[in-house]
Amino acid sequence: MGDSEAKIEAVRFSFYYGKRQALKDVNLRVKEHQITALIGPSGCGKSTFLRALNRMNDIIPGARAEGEIMLDGQNIYAPGVDVVDLRKRVGMVFQQPNPFPKTIFENVAFGPRVLGLDGKLSMDEVVEKSLRSAALWDEVKDVLNKSGLALSGGQQQRLCIARALATEPEVLLMDEPCSALDPQSTLRIEELMNELKARYTIVIVTHNMQQAARVSDWTGFLLLGDLVEYDKTAELFSRPQDKRTDDYITGRFG
Amino acid sequence: MPRISAKHTQRLALAGIWGTGIVTVIILLVIIGYVLVKGVSDVSWSFLSTAPRGGLSGLGGISTVMVCTVYLIGLTMAILVPLGVGAAIYLSEYAPDNRMTRFIRYGTEVLAGVPSIVFGLFGFALFVTALHFRFSILSGALTLACLLLPTLIRTSEEALRAVPRSHREAALALGATRWQTVWRVLLPAALPGIVTGIILCIGRAMGETACLFVTMGGTTALPTSLFSGGRTLSMHLLALVMDTNAFGKALATGVVLVVAIIVINAMTNWLSQRFRARMTGGA
Repeated sequence: MGDSEAKIEAVRFSFYYGKRQALKDVNLRVKEHQITALIGPSGCGKSTFLRALNRMNDIIPGARAEGEIMLDGQNIYAPGVDVVDLRKRVGMVFQQPNPFPKTIFENVAFGPRVLGLDGKLSMDEVVEKSLRSAALWDEVKDVLNKSGLALSGGQQQRLCIARALATEPEVLLMDEPCSALDPQSTLRIEELMNELKARYTIVIVTHNMQQAARVSDWTGFLLLGDLVEYDKTAELFSRPQDKRTDDYITGRFG
Repeated sequence: MPRISAKHTQRLALAGIWGTGIVTVIILLVIIGYVLVKGVSDVSWSFLSTAPRGGLSGLGGISTVMVCTVYLIGLTMAILVPLGVGAAIYLSEYAPDNRMTRFIRYGTEVLAGVPSIVFGLFGFALFVTALHFRFSILSGALTLACLLLPTLIRTSEEALRAVPRSHREAALALGATRWQTVWRVLLPAALPGIVTGIILCIGRAMGETACLFVTMGGTTALPTSLFSGGRTLSMHLLALVMDTNAFGKALATGVVLVVAIIVINAMTNWLSQRFRARMTGGA
């Protein structure tokens, strides 16, 4: 694992909810323009790790981080780091599609509106570009003033992806983005991820090992807050180094 | 056997629920019907457009009283809504869950149950006397705002808390500040609940009498400034029933009061639905 292309690097990162330790000394490098999947049984800390990357856990009372997470070599947990700035660079898509109860247009425009447009593109252009990137434009271009909640589940999730892309992030975090979707919609999102990785660095948490194997370049296996194994996806699934990884991916537990 | 008894209790419960529902509706219809039927004949243009003669005469109409009611409700809401919704935002979005905020919540619950005349006494002591606002619309509005604050805080806080957590997370993850999240996502989503709270408060404000007599005096003269005294429709109704023989005019005043509350209800609901439709794209 060369150092050069690490977009994100966790260094001895631990995380606590009150007294409970959810992550233990995790060291992990996320490569730029690659898809990194985090797998593991429920409660293993994979979502906690993902949400640590844009400091979404900050809003939970009693949550506390130790160690460092470097984004382009800068520790995002250093004092004085602006979380608004961080979240502009690190976008997020959630498990349940969660469009706002606003129009499709306003959903996508939300990020640029709160952060301010950089002036290169008009709001109309930003919305169109983001919806095109999320492969949703053709389906919604005539109904931009309809509520985002009127879309199907899979469309809603792509709307949420478009909304996240509208702020032009560098990293896209996806927290089990397909777990609430049907197989057809899941396939669309997976295809979309493959298109997006040319421009974004993607980290995805998934319950679904087939999905991790299909879409990701790198895979990390977490268990009880430990990063047990982290390797190229093909390696990890075909030649796991750790007995526990082997047990998990062959379905012996989890 | 148990299956039959379950069936019976089910029927009994259903009958009971229907019964209570029907009784409630009947009582409501009888009260409103009585006031409307008995009172509507005394409602005329001259009744609405002339000032009451005042005193024990029971003569004249209700024009100045209606004007005063509008002023008072307007001023009360101008004070109450920013304070109440602001406090609700603080309690639901910013306040840490500690002994202090639990005490504030407990305090609002207790205050919501305090009889209004106690607020009247407080208003009389503080606004009328200590602050020298005298018997005035200002004193009345401030007193009503204190009286209604707990109600509005509770209803608004509940409306804000009912907004799904996922909306908050989505907004924050997009780089919105907490305030942007509140202003652009939570308040629009919570608006119908907040509006319900406001309507509830307007209704109660329209109905208050005793606590306003001790803070607004009860003159029938047309109010000319915030520091003018005055009387509302409910106060006038009470005065007519207690001090005069003009029972018909009291009923007519009641009709105006009921119609006003229905109109305010409908208008506020319509406005909030229109706003919501514009914000949400109609879903």
